[in-house]
Amino acid sequence: MAGLERAKEDWYPIAIAGSTVDGEQLDTSLLGINITLHGDKDREISVTADGNNLPVQTRYDHVWTTFSENPRPLFDIPEADEAGRVLVPCGVVRVKCSPLRAVENFLDIAHFPFVHTDVLGAEPHTEVEPYDVKIDETIDEVIATKVKFFQPQAAKSAGDGIVTDYVYRVAAPMVSILYKTCPPKPGSQDVITLFVQPLDEETCNVWPWMALYDYENSMADMISFQQMIFVQDRSILENQLPRKLPLDPKMEIPTRADMTSIAYRRWLKRGGAIYGALTEAV
Amino acid sequence: MSFKLYNYVLSGNCYKVRLFAGVLGINYDSIAVDFHPGQEHKSDDLMQLNPAGTLPIMIADDLVLTETSAMLIWMASKFDSDNTWWPATDAAKTAAIVQWLGFSSDLTSTIGEARLHTMLNRDVKIEKALADGIVALRRIEAQLTEQGLRGGAWLVGESPTIADIACFPYVALAPDAGLEHDDYPAIRNWLYAIRSLSGFVTMPGIHEVHELRNEGD
Ligand SMILES: N[C@H](CCC(=O)N[C@@H](CS)C(=O)NCC(=O)O)C(=O)O
Ligand SMILES: [Fe+2]
Repeated sequence: MAGLERAKEDWYPIAIAGSTVDGEQLDTSLLGINITLHGDKDREISVTADGNNLPVQTRYDHVWTTFSENPRPLFDIPEADEAGRVLVPCGVVRVKCSPLRAVENFLDIAHFPFVHTDVLGAEPHTEVEPYDVKIDETIDEVIATKVKFFQPQAAKSAGDGIVTDYVYRVAAPMVSILYKTCPPKPGSQDVITLFVQPLDEETCNVWPWMALYDYENSMADMISFQQMIFVQDRSILENQLPRKLPLDPKMEIPTRADMTSIAYRRWLKRGGAIYGALTEAV
Repeated sequence: MSFKLYNYVLSGNCYKVRLFAGVLGINYDSIAVDFHPGQEHKSDDLMQLNPAGTLPIMIADDLVLTETSAMLIWMASKFDSDNTWWPATDAAKTAAIVQWLGFSSDLTSTIGEARLHTMLNRDVKIEKALADGIVALRRIEAQLTEQGLRGGAWLVGESPTIADIACFPYVALAPDAGLEHDDYPAIRNWLYAIRSLSGFVTMPGIHEVHELRNEGD
């Protein structure tokens, strides 16, 4: 299958760290392959596919696994270790769409006023100002900077509408990280990520995770806010056809807001990361 | 504040109360509960309030209510001065409404459960939940079609009642579980009518009636 070998080189999230108990088994799927997570004594966890152990590591409050003996290193989020941040794993949301579509939607700000109305965007503030996008060859990531957008309620911690500054990073084909203005701590940025577990090419588990400066709101408030946002996206994502992400440039009309998504698609294609993609016009 | 609600943003049952409060134009105190992934509704504190371990929980005056039917009746009795949402003195109508309030629990245990599976990965007997969900949708479709033949747009009588509020969430959220509305024309009209109510509030998966706002865009 196209892109499967490349996809096997990456790490993927399959559970929240500490969420399984001793002896518990959890069957799930990764890249179309059945795998089992075994909760173990002392919260040590093993993952097997067809009886064989897979590499496992716990990072960013999630359990990660890979099919490769020699995987690409797990991306770095230095902010995860900054003192004072509240780390918020938001739980899994399953979506019937390509894992790449879930990432791409996360990178797109133009949909905010229409899908996250009166929260992440509002009419008439629908215009996306020009911003910078590049594919950083040295670290092999897509990076968008100087993104600005008016938001009625940028975060649970935001009082009034503000112009939010964003930086986006695609750190792996199925990992997207954003940095945005942190309402209660000017000068600092909240970190919000989507870690995507590809169940197969057309279905994924999405594990949103955040590293925030927010001492006002309860954990339940912060999780609810993020789940509200992401489930609003879910109903849009499930209606996108084709379910796989088209990579052929002829299949889309670029707009300025879509610059990150164009770069993302180009980067996927160039790197052969086409698991979950449509590479020919249908 | 009129009442306090232990609330979860993705819960169809909590949404019944949020929606009715919107329609009646009343404010309330909302306390977010980490239902997923935290299972906070099963925590000692909340189990003490509601031994059934479900949401929503409403603190209304001195009452602790854990059944949405009770909450909707309390809200209507207290805040709907026209007595149309819960026509308390009309025996036939209230009886018919209570039938549908009961039926709305079947929506929770079928479509609601299927949605927990498809959306939040809950371990559920999915084939049965979906099959029973379809039966439930057909039942609503039949009732709305009959009402339509009599010129009505609502489940009971000639105007919206708490029966409509109680059944709306999981019928509207059926696509979240993979059950589309395409085969149910009467349901589609009814969903549209409810979404057009003044004071209507959305939830993730249930949108505003944009067609009314942006005609021709
Ligand atoms: N008490 C019933 C049931 C409410 C109910 O089932 N609520 C769901 C959330 S929408 C729940 O709390 N389920 C518990 C669970 O699934 O763990 C009512 O008010 O109608
Ligand atoms: Fe979105």
